[in-house]
Amino acid sequence: MQKVLSYDGTFEGFLSTVFKVYEEKLSQVDIQRESNVQGSFFGATEEIITNKTHADRVWKGLQKKLTSYGRNQLYYSFLSEMDSIENTLLDYIRQVFDTTENIEKDFSNSTVLKLSKITRSVGREKHRMEAFVRFKLTKDGLYFANVAPDFNVLPLLAKHFKSRYADQKWVIYDIQRNYGLHYNLEHVETIVMEFPKHFDFTKTSEDFFAKEELEFQELWQNYFKSTNIESRKNMLLHVRHVPKRYWKYLSEKQPF
Amino acid sequence: MSFERIKEKLSILADAAKYDVSCASSGSDRTNKNKGLGDAKGMGICHTYTEDGRCVSLLKILLTNHCIFDCAYCVTRKSNDIKRAAFKVQEVVDLTINFYRRNYIEGLFLSSGIFKNADYTMERLVAVAKRLRLEENFNGYIHLKSIPGASDELMREAGLYADRLSVNIEIPTREGLKRLAPDKKREDFIKPMKKVTQEIIQYKAEKKIIKSTPKYAPAGQSTQMIIGASGENDYQIMTASNFFYKKFNLKRVYYSGYVPISYDSRLPQIGSEVPMLRENRLYQTDWLMRFYGFHIHEIVNETHQHLDLDIDPKLSWALRNIHEFPVDVNRANKRMLARVPGLGMTSVYKILNARKFRQLNWEHLKRLGVALNRAKYFLICNSNDFERRDLAPDKIKGLILQNSKSKFRNATSNQLNLFG
Repeated sequence: MQKVLSYDGTFEGFLSTVFKVYEEKLSQVDIQRESNVQGSFFGATEEIITNKTHADRVWKGLQKKLTSYGRNQLYYSFLSEMDSIENTLLDYIRQVFDTTENIEKDFSNSTVLKLSKITRSVGREKHRMEAFVRFKLTKDGLYFANVAPDFNVLPLLAKHFKSRYADQKWVIYDIQRNYGLHYNLEHVETIVMEFPKHFDFTKTSEDFFAKEELEFQELWQNYFKSTNIESRKNMLLHVRHVPKRYWKYLSEKQPF
Repeated sequence: MSFERIKEKLSILADAAKYDVSCASSGSDRTNKNKGLGDAKGMGICHTYTEDGRCVSLLKILLTNHCIFDCAYCVTRKSNDIKRAAFKVQEVVDLTINFYRRNYIEGLFLSSGIFKNADYTMERLVAVAKRLRLEENFNGYIHLKSIPGASDELMREAGLYADRLSVNIEIPTREGLKRLAPDKKREDFIKPMKKVTQEIIQYKAEKKIIKSTPKYAPAGQSTQMIIGASGENDYQIMTASNFFYKKFNLKRVYYSGYVPISYDSRLPQIGSEVPMLRENRLYQTDWLMRFYGFHIHEIVNETHQHLDLDIDPKLSWALRNIHEFPVDVNRANKRMLARVPGLGMTSVYKILNARKFRQLNWEHLKRLGVALNRAKYFLICNSNDFERRDLAPDKIKGLILQNSKSKFRNATSNQLNLFG
């Protein structure tokens, strides 16, 4: 009989759930995030408490069977937050533990292929964020950017932005998932912010942002236009590289 | 700085720089130092794309568009009646830093028209890079143009601050250059390129012995050729390209379809189309040479001086060498797999890994993302279902064109009609 296991939505929570599956030798399970438990007509829902020791044991086991490539596949796919991705991951983990050889690059295995494709999508979104983040300088000298990525890629961004903007304070805020990264010149921490009511993330209000901020946005827009070659215009290609859903946060795509 | 004045300069000097197609920010290994600003290691990042679909990675500007030369193909040529402007060194530094801090760019690509003389110009370019590195502790990417004719000492200094240096050859042949840029000599282009090549080799050798040897142009050199301005054929262009790759160890050769900007009778007239499809075929050939293990003469040679426009160069090669096929997906080596039309290097990589686990069939290949509409005529796999007809190359080409949609369909519709 199928059993629904719910967990808190963290990676550690997921690994704790995997531990439970092995510990109790559960064969038919459906792992769901607490926030969107659907329940099941048959069988009960069991809530799994995140347990660091359990999670570590599963991860250690995986480290023995997978290289960093395969472990990345797991973590990146997990961050995709796709529907029932947990069950695909469990399927993958089971195959990893059941096989003596390392299966992470068996692209003829449909589970492996599926995860490698999802990993690619998440990786692409991470790369897009590295490209499309647009910092705006606030009145108190903080560089602020808001994003709304397709996948939960913020955890993957900290390293990149920390080593690049080591001498400026910055915040990258995911307004969809309502949390952000804050760098305070020492280290990166996770924060939750409260914004004024009706705060418009696409605008640069002088109440919050530095006086010269709009000038640099205008210079950037100006540069963006000047560097285009009109006789080579190719909007199809343009939109493929910069999909429209990202436009609202790109200063060069704002009307001035 | 005065905002309005900067704005005007920026639009003039960015507009003048846009015909340089290079915008790469990859290939360097410069990391953030002493908690300064920026980091240029690893992959390049395109921060946005212009409406013509080109990557914007660097702030690409001229220091000035005043120029003492009168090259027919160039928009900043002396005789052209346009607005002229010049940045001060500090203005470029401020723009770069402020754009970089906002994550607009990966760094600076600074070129210039030639004012007074080569050394005077090169000195200014080096001054910008130097100030960015030493005064601003900027570790982002810097690409400087090597000014033809610049002295060895300046080129040596340039490499100490820049990640990449490039000098554009522009016209692939000596004769073309003589006709379109009578003031310039091929030797002037070659000289700084040669100097930088030597310095890179020397610094690398020294670094092996003394760890603290500074970096010298860690992202190497590149160049650019204009396509369709002076009547060269693809064989000549690719021969020149191959020469520069081999001789000067270049990282990239760029091909820039000529955008008509002048009524000069030596050049294609304003309004004539930019040869974008041809440009694309040249890039494909370039990739085949650099990543797919092809020798240039397999693609273009005395008998095939022009690349086909209606099909890609690899397919074209395969049709001319049909005796090399079919290739067995489950046995062939990497080199041969890379030669199959419809297989990119990513597919090759996946096939090599996947076939360790089981014999691959059509279904596997399809799911891996192989372009079977092309590949199926050149492959056999673990299946009894394969192309048994002994098709002539022309027939295969017709079938492939019939069953594929090209983004260049309009440009090649004449050819397509033959088979349609």
